[in-house]
Amino acid sequence: MDELLTLLKRNALETPENLARMLNLSVEEVRARIAEYEHAGIIRGYQAVVNEDQLDLDRVTAVIEVKVTPEREGGFDYVADRISKFPEVQSLFLVSGAFDLLIFATGRDLKEVALFVSKKLSTIRGVVSTSTHFRLKTYKASGVLMEAQESSERLKISP
Amino acid sequence: MSSPRSRIAAHIRDIPRSGIRDFFDIVSTMKDIISLGIGEPDFDTPWHIREAAIAALERGSTSYTSNLGLLSLRQAIARYGERVFNIHYKPENEILVTVGVSEALDLALRAIIEPGDEILYHEPCYVSYAPVVIFAHGKPVAVETRAEDGFRLTRAQLEAKVTPRTKALLLNFPNNPTGAILEPHDLREIADFAIQHDLIVLSDDIYAELTYDGRHTTIASLPGMKERCIFLHGFSKAWAMTGFRMAYACSTPELIEAMMKIHQYTMLCASIISQEASVEALTDADADVEEMRAEYHRRRNFLHNSFKEMGLPCHQPRGAFYAFPYIGHFGLTSKEFALRFLDAEKVAVVPGTAFGECGEGFIRCAYATGMEDLQEAMRRLARFIHSLQPNARPQPNAC
Repeated sequence: MDELLTLLKRNALETPENLARMLNLSVEEVRARIAEYEHAGIIRGYQAVVNEDQLDLDRVTAVIEVKVTPEREGGFDYVADRISKFPEVQSLFLVSGAFDLLIFATGRDLKEVALFVSKKLSTIRGVVSTSTHFRLKTYKASGVLMEAQESSERLKISP
Repeated sequence: MSSPRSRIAAHIRDIPRSGIRDFFDIVSTMKDIISLGIGEPDFDTPWHIREAAIAALERGSTSYTSNLGLLSLRQAIARYGERVFNIHYKPENEILVTVGVSEALDLALRAIIEPGDEILYHEPCYVSYAPVVIFAHGKPVAVETRAEDGFRLTRAQLEAKVTPRTKALLLNFPNNPTGAILEPHDLREIADFAIQHDLIVLSDDIYAELTYDGRHTTIASLPGMKERCIFLHGFSKAWAMTGFRMAYACSTPELIEAMMKIHQYTMLCASIISQEASVEALTDADADVEEMRAEYHRRRNFLHNSFKEMGLPCHQPRGAFYAFPYIGHFGLTSKEFALRFLDAEKVAVVPGTAFGECGEGFIRCAYATGMEDLQEAMRRLARFIHSLQPNARPQPNAC
């Protein structure tokens, strides 16, 4: 992957000036390449990584495993496409193994997510069965540890 | 009764206090500083290497090992040397596992020095080189490298300092504190010099993996060098394993046997837990090393470009994780500059003189520190040098 993307994935707020210094590029080059990535749809957005456990939010997250009968035309894509349009669905993956689709969904409370599963998800043509797991605690998300780790302090000056 | 001071052996008594330690004492009393004075990686040891150490403890690997080190580790070292450096050493009798390169260097010097033998080394350099030569009753002979040469060491500089008493040459490239490297043709010249004067070459290759414009060549890999070279390497820098205290020496069976004699009676062996972790480091951590190297590379670019923007002359560091910019045109000594910068902006850098007198006019900025701190430190450095109102233009040849 382009180093520029690696750095932006790590910190999307990094200034073009600093990116230019790190990558030995001109500021204009950095700006142009970011614009190109945005235009090509390779960069699809910029988001903060939030530790929601620290906020007093009335929200629940669920991981939902879905078994699906693939369509003759379009395979899993037809069902996946329909599921992905629900605003409750944050992420959706086709996976190998005992089930087919893996959904990360959010809702105000257990009831809302349960209703989403029973009324909307299970009734889609092709969905054979679902299994819902509610999130209890987040340890790591988007590659970021959610709790500050104690690290041993280095000497302030060493040879 | 003799005075307490006179009981100390003269050659130890006469060694001056380390300049870096003076500075450390000042810095360690201060809170909330950004330190560019740290000569160790800011990364934690890769998790799978730490797991290997935990597994060793769980297995009950808590015993002594062979004086030479675990055979499995020596085998891994031999394979790594062949794979990465094109050097060929037998695990059975040409490799010795030590507690840091510091110990390996001490063993090597004690094994070869007769009292009064001269050891050539280049300055600016790591702080311990001259003292360990003196501990072994040798005479350290400094060869000054210069900014205008990119702090490379040349044969001409060496020829000016060699005498019939010269026994060995000590090399450290990529270099702490300058970030300089030697190109293969520089190494060939130095190798020819060593052969002509029949010198042993102690090559401290501790920063070997951390180069940014091409891969490292060790002098030990050059034809004709194996029989007169002691190759020293360790895990502290590229694998971020300083606290494991793990390193090794590779050389001829005779030199390794001599070093092992000292090692067995003074150290016995390196920690088995660290040795087990090091096997993991050599066999399955190339990707981790590459990831850290890439990050140092970006930081190197960032610092060098920042210096350029603020008009601070600095040769391009090409290895290790240090930049060595010139600050002599502000009318302050390195130490004055470092102290005033610390006082005014709460950023610690190390005066160049800590690494030899010819480091006067320079400061060492380590980039083994996270990018956010580096960015803040460069903002403060720009503000600080602006406040100094330089009374002289930078010397053109200092860059």
